[in-house]
Amino acid sequence: MKKTLNNRAWLLVAPVMIVVLFSALLPVMTVVNYSVQDAMAENHFFWNGDAWFRDLLDPSTEIGARFSGALERNLIFSFVVLLIEVPLGIALSLALPRRGWAVGPSLVLIALPMLIPWNVVGTMWQIFARADIGLFGAALNDLGLNYNDTQDPVSAWFTILLIDVWHWTPLVILLSYAGLRAIPDAFYQAAQIDAASRWSVFLKIELPKLQRVLVLAILLRFMQSFMIYTEPFVVTGGGPGNATTFLSIDLVKIALGQVDLGSAAAMSLVYYLITITLCYIFFTAMTQLDLLKEE
Amino acid sequence: MNRGILPKLGLAVYLLCLLLPIYWLINMSLRSNEDIMSGLVIWPRHPSLVKYSFILHDPTWVHGFLVSLTYVAINTVISVTIALPAAYAFSRYRFIGDKHLFFWLLTNLMAPTAVFALPFFNLYYAVGLFDTVWAVALAHCLFNVPLAVWILEGFISGVPREIDETAAIDGYSFPHFFVRIFLPLIANGVGVTAFFCFMFSWVEQLLATTLTATNALPFAAVMSRTYSASGMDWSLLAAAGVLTMIPGALVIWFVRNHIAKGFALGRV
Repeated sequence: MKKTLNNRAWLLVAPVMIVVLFSALLPVMTVVNYSVQDAMAENHFFWNGDAWFRDLLDPSTEIGARFSGALERNLIFSFVVLLIEVPLGIALSLALPRRGWAVGPSLVLIALPMLIPWNVVGTMWQIFARADIGLFGAALNDLGLNYNDTQDPVSAWFTILLIDVWHWTPLVILLSYAGLRAIPDAFYQAAQIDAASRWSVFLKIELPKLQRVLVLAILLRFMQSFMIYTEPFVVTGGGPGNATTFLSIDLVKIALGQVDLGSAAAMSLVYYLITITLCYIFFTAMTQLDLLKEE
Repeated sequence: MNRGILPKLGLAVYLLCLLLPIYWLINMSLRSNEDIMSGLVIWPRHPSLVKYSFILHDPTWVHGFLVSLTYVAINTVISVTIALPAAYAFSRYRFIGDKHLFFWLLTNLMAPTAVFALPFFNLYYAVGLFDTVWAVALAHCLFNVPLAVWILEGFISGVPREIDETAAIDGYSFPHFFVRIFLPLIANGVGVTAFFCFMFSWVEQLLATTLTATNALPFAAVMSRTYSASGMDWSLLAAAGVLTMIPGALVIWFVRNHIAKGFALGRV
């Protein structure tokens, strides 16, 4: 299917451009502005060149060490999140009923965690994970595990991971389920005639058809887990120590806690660029795969 | 397809794990604060709906709930409406800068809201929209519009071009064709997109609370008040949390058939 060249298509895109630019341009410019200036007193700014950036990218400075530490934690976290949520989401979407009365109720139940405002998610897990009055924390301790999400860094990290898996695997399930439902029955019938195994049906039919929804799911999950803020903020506050101090948490600490706007702005720009670069690489890889298949 | 018992069992176990924290929230909402703090209680001993009735009779809470619903609805309508023609353009035409524009739209999904909260406040204050539902509705467009364009583009690409061409030959004008013929074809896509817009706008709170003060105080901001006075009112917060699940659950119930009909995001 060849697309036709038509520059009047810009007219169709214009409303989107205007609305998104309105909200995106000024805030981004403000951040850029702060990142190259330093504030003396109240509102006297002076040009500070690339100093904030040099500090930030040099791990031997205090801010540089913090940044690289938070970046590393965040990358590992996002990687583990994708590694768990994507296969789990696909597997569960295959297990969901495809017709009958159970479809509606199961979809609603699965979507519930996503529909709870983020600070409520944090608060409910804060209590749920407590060893004295929360079901989850108490159960783990009864099993003989030394679990305490506010004292022990390992517990804290796994709690945040578990919250994310609980909160967002439903997104992968819903997208993947919808992708599966779009596969015509004829494909399955053909596979049955060929006596294909369940595994090869998955590899040869289902997975290729899911590619596009999975790109959406993986990119959304990567971005959101890379920007994770509310859950660690509410549940662990970034601690204990800095076990769950992800980039957003550190950023807000610097910007609002220390009112160090220059450092914070430089940091958010670098952070933003890293996210964009990673997503771009991923996005290009996936679309190239698409092109290869068409040829 | 012949499927064994194992997938069903796995699904059941998953659903159980998924519902446990939600059950705990409901459990907490039915108990008093002293009872919550006193120890682990699997089944509430003296369940009471007093917190729910408190919320439903308090004008601040009710107002907050209505405000949240209003900006979410406005945002969903704006996002879907302006995303439709744009998604059509991306799906059907090549034009100068199309790929870059598409990726630029996506980058807005990656803006860390924690960073942009303060500049957003300045911006909406300057244009006089601060403390209105419009400020929140527009701010949420930053991530919902790109997402809507992306999802709709997939659905539109799944509709054969021949339909557009036939309609043009039959003498339909573009707007007429788009609304009368094309929209019904992608109704599933519109339903699914509306659900995602609703969801992401409903759960986002950082911007919603930053951009409002008193007139348009969203539910989430009212909720954060329970943090301050005399410690934490856990059971009130839990009751409010349970209530926030209801609108979303209703929306997904309405779009369940669209999701169940499936979408592979086009070009199958």
